[in-house]
Order: sequence, then C-alpha cells, then structure tokens
Amino acid sequence: MIAQAGESIFNQWFSNYWLVLVVKTGVVVGFFLVAPMVVGYAEHKVLAHMQSRLGPMYAGRFHGWAQLVADGVKFIQKEDVIPKAADPWVFSLAPAVAMIPYIVLFVVIPFSPEIFALNLDVGIFFVLAMSSVSVIGVLMAGWASANKFSLIGALRAAAQLIAYELPLVLAAASVVMQAGTLSMIGITEAQDRYWFVITQPVGFVIFLVASLAELTRPPFDMPVADSEIIFGAYTEYTGLKFAFFLLAEYGGIVALSAIASVLYLGGYRAPPLLGLIPEPLWMAAKIGALSFFVIWLRATYPRLREDQLQRFSWLFLIPLTLVQIIVVGLVKVAVR
Amino acid sequence: MAVGQGLVKGLGVTLKHLLHPAVTQQYPDEKPDLPPRTRGVIALKEANCTVCYMCSRECPDWCIYIDAHKETHEPASGGRARSMKVLDRFAIDYALCMYCGICVEVCPFDALFWSPEFEYAEHDIVELIHEKERLEEWTYTVLPPPSIEEGAEPPAEAPVPGTAPAAPAAPAAPAAPAEHRENADGGA
Repeated sequence: MIAQAGESIFNQWFSNYWLVLVVKTGVVVGFFLVAPMVVGYAEHKVLAHMQSRLGPMYAGRFHGWAQLVADGVKFIQKEDVIPKAADPWVFSLAPAVAMIPYIVLFVVIPFSPEIFALNLDVGIFFVLAMSSVSVIGVLMAGWASANKFSLIGALRAAAQLIAYELPLVLAAASVVMQAGTLSMIGITEAQDRYWFVITQPVGFVIFLVASLAELTRPPFDMPVADSEIIFGAYTEYTGLKFAFFLLAEYGGIVALSAIASVLYLGGYRAPPLLGLIPEPLWMAAKIGALSFFVIWLRATYPRLREDQLQRFSWLFLIPLTLVQIIVVGLVKVAVR
Repeated sequence: MAVGQGLVKGLGVTLKHLLHPAVTQQYPDEKPDLPPRTRGVIALKEANCTVCYMCSRECPDWCIYIDAHKETHEPASGGRARSMKVLDRFAIDYALCMYCGICVEVCPFDALFWSPEFEYAEHDIVELIHEKERLEEWTYTVLPPPSIEEGAEPPAEAPVPGTAPAAPAAPAAPAAPAEHRENADGGA
C-alpha cells in the first residue's frame, strides 16, 4: 500500500559510492545556493509591486535580476567584525548552526520518485529535528554578541520558535498518521488519490502559520524587526556571517515550502489530467506558489506583538492541532 | 464569516496592487514631468538689470551678491551726459538659496526668471555660487509663461482694446477678455 521509491537517479547514473556522494552533495548545496536567491529576488520584486513600486531594476540590466548576486558579493567583501567582548568561537559558529540544518533538510526532499538525495525512512522526523537545531543558532548568536539587546532579541526569538515548534510537529504528525509512513516519498505516494490538504485543511493552515513563525517571517518577525530590537540576535553581525543568516532565512522559506507541499499538496504528484508536465516542475511550481504566499503575507500583515504571538500559539494553535490529531486518529480507526 | 474577513480583504488589496503597473519614473533614464512654474534655478537677464539692489535686499538669506559701478555716456543727440549703473558682479549662492522666489517677484524690471532646470549639483560647495555668465546661460532654459486658465481674469499686461493683441499664447479667444474689459469700462 505504501509505495517505496526506487533508486535515486544519481545511483542510476554512477555506480561509484564516493562519486555519487560528491554529486549529491554538489546538487544539494547548489540548489541551496540558487533557490534562495530566486526566492529572494522574487521577494524584492513581488513586495515592490504590491507596494506600487518597481524593486531592483539596475543590477544586471534586465529588471535587476543580478541584485542578489551583487548583494552576495558585497557581503563577501566586507570586513569580518567580532565585538571585543564577544565569545569569538560561539559568535563565529552561530551562523553555521543556523544555516546548515536547512541545507541538510534538502537532502530528504524528493523532486520525483527518482530525483532525491536520500530516501530516509524517518524523513519527516529528520526534517523536524533539523529545523529545531537552527533554534540553537539564534540563541548562540544572541548570547555571544555581548549585547544586552541582542540577548533579549535572541530569547524572544527562541521563545517564539519553541512555541511554534509544537504546532509544526503535531500538524506533521497528523499527516504522518494519515499517510502511515514517515518517509517523504512515502507520504507523497500516499497522496495518489487525493492531496492531504483536502482532508486536513486546518492542519495545512496550522503548518503554514507555524513554519512562518519558525522562520521569523512576517507577521511573526518581531524578533528581527528593525523597530523592535534593530535586528534582534543578529544585530552585531556583518559580512559573510550576516549573509549566512539571511541565507538561512530564505533557504528556510524554500525548505519549509517544499516540506509543506510534500505533506499537504501532494509533493511532485501532478493534479489529475495534468500528468504530462514532468514531476520536478510540479514540485518547483508548488514550492514557488507557497513561497509567493509567504511573500504575500509579508506585504499584507502588520506584525504580532510578543504576547499576542505566544498567546496565539499556546492558547489557540496547539489545542487546535491536538483536536486535528484526535480527529485524524478517530477517522483512521473508524475507516479500518 | 466575520472572523478573518479583514485578513482576506487585506490579501486582496495587496494582490490588486501587484496586478496594476507601478507608475514609478526611473529618474536618470526618464526625465521627470515637471509642472509649470517649477522652481529649479534662477536666471538673470543682464540687459534688464538696472542694479536697483531690490533682489539683494529682499533675499531672506542674503544669497545674492551684487557689485556695480556708474558709467557716464554722452547721448547721440546731444545734452548732458547720462549716468547708468553697470554690473561688475551678480552672483547667486545656491548653497544658501531657499528657492522662495522673493527676488524674482520683487524685481521691478523682470531681470530674474525661474527655470525648471534642477540638475546642477556639484562636488565642491564653492561651485554652487553661480556668477553672472552662468546665470545668463540659464535664461536659455526659461520656459514661456503658462497660459491663463479658462475663465480667469485677464492679466494687467493684456492688450488694451483697440490695439492689436500682443501674444497669441492665451488659449481663450481674444474676444472674451476684450468683452470683459469693455463691460468694466462701460460700468466705470
């Protein structure tokens, strides 16, 4: 009943284990460097047009497509500043701890039954575990900055991330219950008759909201908002380290859009009658649609205050998710 | 449903803005569409200037520097020598100028004009003092006065009835202002 994936195409093309490893790493890292840049550029332009302005028009001559490339070069050539009172090791490692989990997350995302890096049996569990690790990066950044306001920002961010971890996990758990497997490809294949967004719309909304809060995206961007605490835990960062935090945020948008589309929107599966379009394109389209939605929310909503945010999670989202799990459980038992 | 309705409406507003083209004028490539009587830079027509010092005195910022001397000339048809003032220096310091236009308004001889040119930024503040020669060059960029609006009172400079109308610039038919004035004359 639960379809198993075949070998990945990388294994089919090359037989040498180490070569496959290198190719897979290259593809994952390459995707992680390119996709956030595309989403970041889309954010500049979409946000601009929603605000009746044009966005980047100059870099690269054609509608500023090279703006983020220029930004990347700018960050790379900046001086690497570590505050004198800061803890140099923790300060320097924090961006890595925040960013690497999102790179690693891409390893389990399938773009077709054969295009994936690893088909872990505990796929979604791995995903949720990795997104929890990046919380530590924020705390490290705030603590090591030797700046009271960075610390406050980091603690607020950590409180928010912990609060929204639970709805994320529980919503994913109800999908796992319906699919009957933790493997990402298994969950995608379990949506062969209908996408899970049809049976669990509430879970879909909860998962999206919780992922926004995990990424500190508006309207949950209070820890990193300019008017709040300059930039919260990341205030003291500049240059490449700062760029890595931003890359972690946009990489996270792509990653969590991918996870949400695997869990609820059928992953790489095409809707009925449109099966001629290749599956990786469907996956890319779904990731793009969800990323657009994330950007749309940024343009539209004011941000939640710390207490509103916490109340929303603990007093509303978590009970709702628990109800969702109970309903899914009951239906599963009743149908069998 | 009342709950969440505002959220959806908000999304609709931003989507609508996304779908309408932005009217941004991209400045260095497209010159801006400036309204008439735009105050860009002040131009000096030296031929009209009689060195009365009115502009210099009235300038709130004291940014107009005038130096002049008197010369005497014998008239061609005989009589006593007439003296006239000649400008040695007429400079406007645009670092101080606040573009209030008092000097242009107050000049009794129409020697100062507004021009819509605004691209005269410099790297050195000293370059922002425009001397007589440069101010004369700005006169080539001064626009003709904008036409009178429909139904407005004719200006005091408008032609007296019976003489030919001076400039064909006004879009309103010359008959209309002429009638207006005749009524006023008839009344008076």
